[in-house]
Amino acid sequence: MSIKVNNLYKSFGDQVVLNDISFEANKSQILGFLGPNGAGKTTTMRIITGSLISDGGEVFVSGINVQDDPLEAKKKVGYLAEHNPLYGEMYVREFLGFVSDIYKISDKKNRIDEMIEKTGLTKEQNKKLKFLSKGYKQRVGLAQAMIHNPEVLILDEPTSGLDPNQLREIRTLIKEIGHDKTVIFSTHIMQEVQALCDRVIILNGGKIVADGSLSELDNYKSKNLKSVIVEFDSIIDSKMLKGIDSISNFEIITEYSFRLFGEDDKRMKREIFEFAKNNDKVLISVLSENVDIDSVFADLTR
Amino acid sequence: MLAVFYKEINIFFGSLIGYIVIGVFLVFSGIVVWVMQSTSVFEYKYASMESFFNLAPILFTFLIPAITMRSFSEENQQKTMELLFTKPISEWKLIFGKYFANLTLVIIAVLPTLIYYISIYQLGAPKGNIDGGAVFGSYIGLVLLAAVYVSIGLFSSSVTNNQVVAFVLTVVLVVIVQWGFYALSQLPTFWGVWDDFIQKFGIDYHYNSISKGLVDTRDIIYFLSVVAIFLVLTSYDIKAKKYK
Repeated sequence: MSIKVNNLYKSFGDQVVLNDISFEANKSQILGFLGPNGAGKTTTMRIITGSLISDGGEVFVSGINVQDDPLEAKKKVGYLAEHNPLYGEMYVREFLGFVSDIYKISDKKNRIDEMIEKTGLTKEQNKKLKFLSKGYKQRVGLAQAMIHNPEVLILDEPTSGLDPNQLREIRTLIKEIGHDKTVIFSTHIMQEVQALCDRVIILNGGKIVADGSLSELDNYKSKNLKSVIVEFDSIIDSKMLKGIDSISNFEIITEYSFRLFGEDDKRMKREIFEFAKNNDKVLISVLSENVDIDSVFADLTR
Repeated sequence: MLAVFYKEINIFFGSLIGYIVIGVFLVFSGIVVWVMQSTSVFEYKYASMESFFNLAPILFTFLIPAITMRSFSEENQQKTMELLFTKPISEWKLIFGKYFANLTLVIIAVLPTLIYYISIYQLGAPKGNIDGGAVFGSYIGLVLLAAVYVSIGLFSSSVTNNQVVAFVLTVVLVVIVQWGFYALSQLPTFWGVWDDFIQKFGIDYHYNSISKGLVDTRDIIYFLSVVAIFLVLTSYDIKAKKYK
C-alpha cells in the first residue's frame, strides 16, 4: 500500500475542512481527486505531504507514518502545489540543484539533465524562473517534484491555466509516470479524469462522497441517476420545479427548457406532465437522456 | 542545512541589493573612522579602532535588518515556505541554514574593515603601535553582536510576509534589546536598587566591555542566550505555520 489515510480530520477555526477522510492508494495507480472548490482536496494533499498537520487521523506513505517520521515520509513523496511556489530569482538549473541538494541526490548533474529532458525544459533551462511562462513554470514544478524519484507523486491541479498543447503534454507525462508510481492529482475537469485516472475520489464538504473506478461511477449513474430534458412553450419560474418530488436536481438550459435529474425517469416524466397540467403550461417535448460524468459529479456534490 | 545555506548566500549575491547594502555599510563605517571630525582616528590622535567598535551597534542596527529582512518574509510571500515544508528538511536545519548564511553575509560585509586595522597599523608612530590583541577581542565582540542582531532579524522576518515590516520590526527590537534596558534603568523608580540589574539585560552593558577587547565568558553566555531565545521564538513561529 503506497498511501493509507485513516479518519483524517482538520478544521481551520470553526470551519471543518476535512471530516473523517479515509482511503488507500496502490502502486501504479493514478488517482483523481475531484470536488468543488473548498471540498478539501488541497487540505488532504497538504496533510499527506506533511506540510500541514491534521487535527486527527493518520497518514501512511509506503508504511511510514507522516506525523511520527515526517522526514522519512517526505523522501518518498513528490509534491506540486496548486500555486506552484518557486524562487523567481533562481535559474532553472540552480533551483533544481538546490532541490537535489535537499534530497542529497548523489548523481546530481545527470539527474537534473534527465529531469530537464523529461519535462521538456531544454530550451528554457538557462532562464530565471520568474521569466518563464506559466506552462514552463509548471514543468519546473513537476521536475522538482520528481527529481528524487519518489514513490508517490501528488499534483494539485497540475493542468490549470495551461494551453491545449501544454495540457496534452502534461497529461501524457502524468500517464507515463503513473506506470510505476502512485499518482494523486486533483482537478475540476471531468474529461481529464476520464483521460487519466484509474480511480476517482469525489470530495464534497470535507467528506468522500464517491470512491471507485470510472466504470463503477458509470454503474452509479446508470443505476441511480437519470436525466430528462423538458421543454415548455412559455417561461417557467425554475423555483416551481423544486416542488416536484422525483426531481433531485435540475439544470436550466433556457428559460423554457430544463435538464432534470432524478432516480426514476418514468416517474419524473409522469410528474412533469402533471406539473404542466396543474400549472396550465404546455409541454413541447420530454426526452430521456444519457447522463454524462459531469452530471454525476454535479449530483454527488450538490 | 548546507543546501539552504548556499541558497541563501547565492540569492543574496544574485541581486544588486546585496552589494548596495554592503557598500553603504562600508561607506558609513569609513566615514566614521576616517572622516567625521568627532570620531576620526586623525582627530583622536591615538592609533585605535575604538570609534569604529563604539559605533558598530548603530551601523549594525541598519545593516543587519537590511540583510535579514528577506530571509523568511520572502519565503512567506512567495509561498515557497510550503515548498520547503514538503521537503525532507527539519525546521531547525532550515533555521540554522538561514541563520548561519545571514551571519556569514554580515561577516563578509565586516571583513573589509580589517583594512582599517592594517592602515592604522601602518600609520602608527612608531609603526605598529596599535593593540592587536584588543582589536582581535573587539572583533570577537563584533561577531557576537552580529550573532544577536541576526537572530532578532530572522525572528522578525519569520512573523511577516512583508520585507519592509521585517526591517522596521528588527530595528525596533534591536533598539529595545540594545539600549532599551539602559533607558529603563534610568527611570527614578529604579535608582540605586534595580538599575544595575536591569542594565544587565541589555546588550549595551555586555557589549561595552567586550568591545574594548575584554572577552568574558559571562558576556559570551549572555550573547548566546539571546541568540537562543530568538531562534526558539522563530522555530515556534515556523511550526505554527504548519497548522494553518
